[in-house]
Amino acid sequence: MGFKNYCFKKSLWVFHFGGASCNNCDIEILDCLTPKYDLERFGILLVGSIRHADVLLVNGSINMHDKDRLIEVYNQAPKPILVVAIGACGCTGGYFTESYTFAGPVDKIIPVNAYVPGCPPKPEAIIAGIVKLVENS
Amino acid sequence: MAVNLFYFLIFPGLLFAAIVGAFLSWFDRKITARVQFRKGPPLLQPFYDFFKLLLVKETILPKHGAQLIFLLAPVFAVFGATMAAVFILLPLLNITTGFRGDLLVIFYLLTIPSFSYIIGALASGNPLAAVGGSREMKLILAYELTFLLFIAGIIMKCGQQFDLYTIIQTQKTASPFIGSISGVLLFIVGIFCIQAKLALVPFDMPEAEAEITEGIFIEYSGGSYAMIKLTKYIMLFILPAFLIALLMNGFILDGIHILWAVLKLLAVVLVITLIRNTNPRVKIKQAIRFFAVWMNLLAVIALILIEFGY
Repeated sequence: MGFKNYCFKKSLWVFHFGGASCNNCDIEILDCLTPKYDLERFGILLVGSIRHADVLLVNGSINMHDKDRLIEVYNQAPKPILVVAIGACGCTGGYFTESYTFAGPVDKIIPVNAYVPGCPPKPEAIIAGIVKLVENS
Repeated sequence: MAVNLFYFLIFPGLLFAAIVGAFLSWFDRKITARVQFRKGPPLLQPFYDFFKLLLVKETILPKHGAQLIFLLAPVFAVFGATMAAVFILLPLLNITTGFRGDLLVIFYLLTIPSFSYIIGALASGNPLAAVGGSREMKLILAYELTFLLFIAGIIMKCGQQFDLYTIIQTQKTASPFIGSISGVLLFIVGIFCIQAKLALVPFDMPEAEAEITEGIFIEYSGGSYAMIKLTKYIMLFILPAFLIALLMNGFILDGIHILWAVLKLLAVVLVITLIRNTNPRVKIKQAIRFFAVWMNLLAVIALILIEFGY
């Protein structure tokens, strides 16, 4: 188990699911891959297909339309998959908690492994969240 | 029998080619990172990726698709790449067997991975994979004639000899083929053919990440995707090695020449990586025109120059 888990931790590929987001979190997530922060030095890559993903990043408030799609994406992912809720909207609903289209925070819909609060969270906070995820998985 | 299995599975074959290819893949990613002023992944990153996919992740089969063919296609791809690796590396590393490296056999074996990707993509039943598969088909149609002209040029240059062993020996006794005008032209043609065969960036429309989300590989996960990664590692090693064998004198494996061999390999991979980092993805139409008109023209000019002895 040790070797398998070590390889898994060293090569987390990230798939990005954007809910009804205001795009601030999306930009901060992309910032993590830019030269200043460079998550590739930990082996983290952004992949285009959920079939290749090890981590599902969810940001933005999840509304009624997004809910089914989020469940579908989660079911299509090869297990084991880690789910990270990014930003205030992903973690709790934030500004949209009272909205009539709001379908609950991410952890009401799929199991979540890590939360990164903030509106939007800084890239440093996202990296700190991922480090904690790697340490505890 | 045992020695043949050893050739296939361990020394010039699967294990050796995969390990060297994984290091080259790391080199490619590291250079990419340095070009973009990033730090880049650690040395063992390709191994972590491969073992994670193989050992940890689940393999999902598409519900609406030919599942057996979907699963077998990556295995065929690994098989084709390994056979090509054995047949290129046996003459290149100067291991004497009955086989002397027939160029046409190598040419056909090098196309097996691309065809397996197409079969796997079409068997997955995913529309984006079908788009990727059709693009890969068009790309093969575009570069295969150019690659054949490139090989024809090499054959003409060493006096109608079809085997890799004689080609390398001819270069060792005289001078490397790249030291002439036609050799330089053939090198340019060969580099672009390799770029298309590896599906690297100017010609990566079969797997265009941002556009059709990895196209032909979209449905692969877990162990089957690990096989595809393995094929990619092996191809990243043997195609530059093939170019070195044909144009740049091959490898000499004693003393300080080993360093030379490694440097030659790294230099060719560096050229490929720099092309991939400084170009945008072209459309499939542009790629076909690029190969059918310009690269073929260059190859034909090289053939004419060879005929006149330059």
